[in-house]
Amino acid sequence: MGRFILRRLALSLVTLFILIVIVFLLTGVFPSDPARTIAGPFASEETYQLIRDRIGSDDPMFTQFGRLLVDTATFDFGVSYELDTPVRGLIIPALGRSALLVAFALAMTIPISIAAGVYAARKKDTLIDRSIVTVGVSSAAIPEFVSGIMLQYFVGIRLGWFPAIADAPDGSSLLTQLNYLMLPALAILLVYFGYIARVARAGSIEAIEADYTRTAYMKGLSNRKVVSGHILRNSLQPTVAVIGTQIGYLFGGLVALEVLFNYKGLGNLILGAAQKQDLAILQAGIITVAIIFMIATLAADITIAWMNPRARLDIKG
Amino acid sequence: MSDDNGSGGPETDLVPAAVEPEIDRAAERRQARRERLRLLYRSPAFVIGTLIVAFWIFCGLFADVIARYDPLDPVRLADGSILGARLPPSSEAWFGTDQIGRDVYSRVIWGSRSVLLTAPSAAILAVIMGTLLGLVTGFYRGIVDDVISRIIEGFLSIPVILLALLAATTLGTSRVVIITVIAVLFTPVVTRTIRAAVIAEAELDYVTSARLRGEGGFFIMTREIYPNITGTVVVELTVRLGYAIFTVATLAFLGIASGDVTTPDWGVDINQTFVLIQSNQWWPTVFPALAIAALVIAVNLVADTIDRVNKA
Repeated sequence: MGRFILRRLALSLVTLFILIVIVFLLTGVFPSDPARTIAGPFASEETYQLIRDRIGSDDPMFTQFGRLLVDTATFDFGVSYELDTPVRGLIIPALGRSALLVAFALAMTIPISIAAGVYAARKKDTLIDRSIVTVGVSSAAIPEFVSGIMLQYFVGIRLGWFPAIADAPDGSSLLTQLNYLMLPALAILLVYFGYIARVARAGSIEAIEADYTRTAYMKGLSNRKVVSGHILRNSLQPTVAVIGTQIGYLFGGLVALEVLFNYKGLGNLILGAAQKQDLAILQAGIITVAIIFMIATLAADITIAWMNPRARLDIKG
Repeated sequence: MSDDNGSGGPETDLVPAAVEPEIDRAAERRQARRERLRLLYRSPAFVIGTLIVAFWIFCGLFADVIARYDPLDPVRLADGSILGARLPPSSEAWFGTDQIGRDVYSRVIWGSRSVLLTAPSAAILAVIMGTLLGLVTGFYRGIVDDVISRIIEGFLSIPVILLALLAATTLGTSRVVIITVIAVLFTPVVTRTIRAAVIAEAELDYVTSARLRGEGGFFIMTREIYPNITGTVVVELTVRLGYAIFTVATLAFLGIASGDVTTPDWGVDINQTFVLIQSNQWWPTVFPALAIAALVIAVNLVADTIDRVNKA
């Protein structure tokens, strides 16, 4: 198991390295001049040159790339040229707020989706199965901000069940904060329900039709024991893998949801940086999301290896 | 090149009997395709999806006829007076008027153009690039495949929206840039799907016999393998189209769209009006949001049915 984790970690680091190369190329090679953007159109040549020196625009490419790697390794992305504050001091609180929203959303999404997927599998080809699949396909297709708008207006304003903005007053208790986060969390649920339920359904159908399940029933095990011990243990492996990748992807939709619900999380920080052309925050924000993706997929693979010893042997590229 | 007897080459000297199975195979393939199309037409999800997509294409093509007012100017009634801003739906303005008095209905109709130009272009470009890369990496394997596969994983470790934000920041937001950026960011996932299909095909006997016949790699990829993975390519195209609409709309909502904020565009219009929801003025936001929802659900119903028929 230790060897498996090490090899898997090495692969993740390679992927992260390539992503940093992509981010660096996108910001470094193309004809953009961050120093000019920061200085603004009316800055004197002196100020402009001073900024160039400070952010190291004149350094050779490799030095600049090396700096980005060191920044990532130490998770210290220097000072935001635009806001003149340490980038880390902006990223960490924003990440904490986003993490609260994501954790809350997943705490609702994962059990509901898996339950729906397994239920659909056991009622395969019935009306209820078709409805779960079709609702899943349709709601997963709608962009987060579109379902967010519907929830905001119909549930937040019209019915008044939950606050229509996610920004809880300062010093609110966790319960109040979660109440404020309910609508964006439901928007996340609507998008990811379909993916997770679908994979859980497919995995369960395979497990239900497998020989070992038939054997378990014929041994006379109770229905509950077969479902929890045989069907779930096998059907949930692909589901865990999907959840692992989706946690990273969640942060894409989070940008739009945080804007819509006026929530000062990582997504809002990244969008603000893009609008102000603050490349330091933009790079740091994107690399942070990539690290989250890395950790989530790693955790998923380790969970799968723990559930299924065979998975420890082969490592997919 | 000599063209003494049409197709040319030594094959034409072969006895007719050798040609016959070839014809049968083509007929068989046509038969299978007819069969699959029949399955599609009989699926309600496919029919409903196609009708909705056709409806939006119709709106985009004939926007000037279907729209009631100029989408760029405040609504003027027949007597020349201005209707007014932020008015709820009425008989003068079916979907109400927006923050500067323009007709929301007319803007929704005109807005279909923007997304229907950008998203399909990006999806088609991505599928072309991904299919080429998938054929090459899946067929040749080896070091090139390893390197490209690692790069693909790098791209897939971050949400498309975030890289698109970064690219738009450095490259600008013209329509060409948006189409190219989305296409490039979608290429890795298309490549991965096509590569898997190509690897499965490359293990089959007909590819081995083509190799033994001494056919070149290009010939085998384009004439032998490609015809057998067209189903996968079509599925990829429809699935990517759905995601392209999703991505184009989201980027527009985040302020990344071609043209300025006055150009009718569902995502941009929502960006400009969504704060009004807080004061109960829902119509300038909810109608374009419904338009996006209808279009993406329709494309996904079509994609999903094609996928199921292709696997059947």
